[in-house]
Amino acid sequence: MYNITRSPWVMHYDGSSCNGCDIEVLACLTPVYDAERFGIINTGDPMQADILLVTGGINTQNAPVVKQLYDQMSDPKVVVAVGVCACTGGVFKDCYNILGGADQVIPVDVYVPGCAARPQAIIDGIVKGIGVFQERLEKMEKGELKNQEEKEEAGKEE
Amino acid sequence: MSKRSVIPYGPQHPVLPEPIHLDLVIEDEKIVEAIPSIGFIHRGLESLTDKRDFNQMAYVAERICGICSFGHGYGYCETVEHIMNVEVPDRAKFLRTIWFELSRLHSHLLWAGLMADAFGFENLFYQCWRVREKVLDAIELTTGGRVIFSVNKVGGVLKDITPEMQKMILETLDFVEAETKVLKKTFMNDYSVQSRMKGVGVLTKEQAKALGCAGPFARASGIATDMRMRGYAAYGELDMEPIISNDGDCYGRCEVRIGEIFQSIDLIRQAIAKIPDGELAAVVKGNPNGEYFTRIEQPRGEADYYVRGNGTPNLDRMRVRTPTFANLAGLCETLKGADYADIGILVVTIDPCISCTER
Amino acid sequence: MNATEGKNEIIRISPAELPIRAMEMKEKGLRLSQACAAWVKKEERLELSYSFVDDTTYDIFNLRIELSDKAAEGETVKEGCGRDAEVASISGIYPYAAFYENEMRELFGANIKVIDPDYHNKLYRIKEETPFVPKKEGEAK
Repeated sequence: MYNITRSPWVMHYDGSSCNGCDIEVLACLTPVYDAERFGIINTGDPMQADILLVTGGINTQNAPVVKQLYDQMSDPKVVVAVGVCACTGGVFKDCYNILGGADQVIPVDVYVPGCAARPQAIIDGIVKGIGVFQERLEKMEKGELKNQEEKEEAGKEE
Repeated sequence: MSKRSVIPYGPQHPVLPEPIHLDLVIEDEKIVEAIPSIGFIHRGLESLTDKRDFNQMAYVAERICGICSFGHGYGYCETVEHIMNVEVPDRAKFLRTIWFELSRLHSHLLWAGLMADAFGFENLFYQCWRVREKVLDAIELTTGGRVIFSVNKVGGVLKDITPEMQKMILETLDFVEAETKVLKKTFMNDYSVQSRMKGVGVLTKEQAKALGCAGPFARASGIATDMRMRGYAAYGELDMEPIISNDGDCYGRCEVRIGEIFQSIDLIRQAIAKIPDGELAAVVKGNPNGEYFTRIEQPRGEADYYVRGNGTPNLDRMRVRTPTFANLAGLCETLKGADYADIGILVVTIDPCISCTER
Repeated sequence: MNATEGKNEIIRISPAELPIRAMEMKEKGLRLSQACAAWVKKEERLELSYSFVDDTTYDIFNLRIELSDKAAEGETVKEGCGRDAEVASISGIYPYAAFYENEMRELFGANIKVIDPDYHNKLYRIKEETPFVPKKEGEAK
């Protein structure tokens, strides 16, 4: 449990992005930028993921999908919004089907701007995310931060 | 008769970088029917014509998709230029051709990597993307952007490719050509790769025609259609023939796309040899008034652009029909009768671009 | 290489003619390249365009249906050409036309009948109804 920050697993979900940030996220994991040197593995399973990378804005149809993926992740968890669309809605903010950035449905910890976000910026965002993750982990071990199940139980008692 | 069951596939799935949802009707391990449902990335950017003027729309058009970004910007600009009777300078036409082919190179190498990833050949995936980074370096050197270039505007281009840059592009092409030859050996001759691709997802010429498929997907089934033969931009002055394959299976599609990598390298060399001196952009006056349909060849296939202007800066309508939208029907056909384990490969094999499809 | 620009024509037809014209195009061996709708603000007119292309000569023929409740000066609206006029689906002739027709109906509210398969305005599953076309008077919220 202590060394989990040495190997955080990342899950990537494409909200309603234009693909530009998605392929940059993938490019991060390939040999030239090699984010895997931080022990990062790209996983498709939310149950095993520690960091959620969201690209693209939120629209009416994918809002429940993003919410569900976030809820399925185990605590502690960190959300990194990659690209200006995931931060605010970006160039598509005025479109009829866009609600806004990823923070409309889930709490976002790190914002990575850029259109498209450069791999260096994405790696920086992930490393910042690991920092947040470390903090949460320490708090959880001290019992200051409750995990999802405990929160729900606390909610019921109240 | 065995029991039928419905298995949902997507929108979040390890093999897919983008969300698409398929309801698969399955009998034992065989797929009987596939029903696609889209809309996870629908933004409605075509409606932005109300809020942005026709010059700004070129930047919105580039953000329809991050992979074929240059093509969308170009297709939109060409349509507007045709409506406004703008004569684009020859140098700009050649520059656009060079950038277009560079973006095709990076898109096809990207696809080759994703395909390798889909059939579980991680090493090959990394090798393809390593080569692709060199192409991105050349793009970054000439335009400043890695995936979204933003060099197109109505009337011409914004940046120039100097002789030093041309030299660097040619060096990159030599590297990419040599590396792709090695990759081609693995894709075409490796026994385990062949066993995953040969005879999988066969689409005959008749089926491809009846389902209106486009681009490499159609060319792999033996339909010799390539919008570049129309001779837009500078393609009219370059030598090229559509690359086709008659296999109609995943192997054929792979063969066509790898052939197109070499074709693109050849086209860029021809364009750099022939590029004339001159202006970068023509002066554009007034507002578009009229309508026009254009078709261009994107890395993924034929894309249709329709613009309707009404004499004000805000267009009445911008419409883009993207290649994946046309290939959806073909995808559902190839999925019928396929093994459940092959879905990942079959979906990747049409080179899906969902953000294009839903706009 | 010889550039073949090809013809690029717009043919105006009435809604009732569409299936016959589409059959003709199919007999000629043309491919349906795309179908789209457009809302012309000034004339308040809905336009449906069906583009048919030839893969060898690169010709493009666009069948255009104009639907409007407003008539030109001195004319009345022709019967069957109003904004809500029924347009028969050509998905029986070109099966893949269904995606385009579903899109046109969902985003523009074109009254296209008997699409196969019919997504019942749930192709994109958007919240807003017919976002590209302003609501008619009296129907506004």
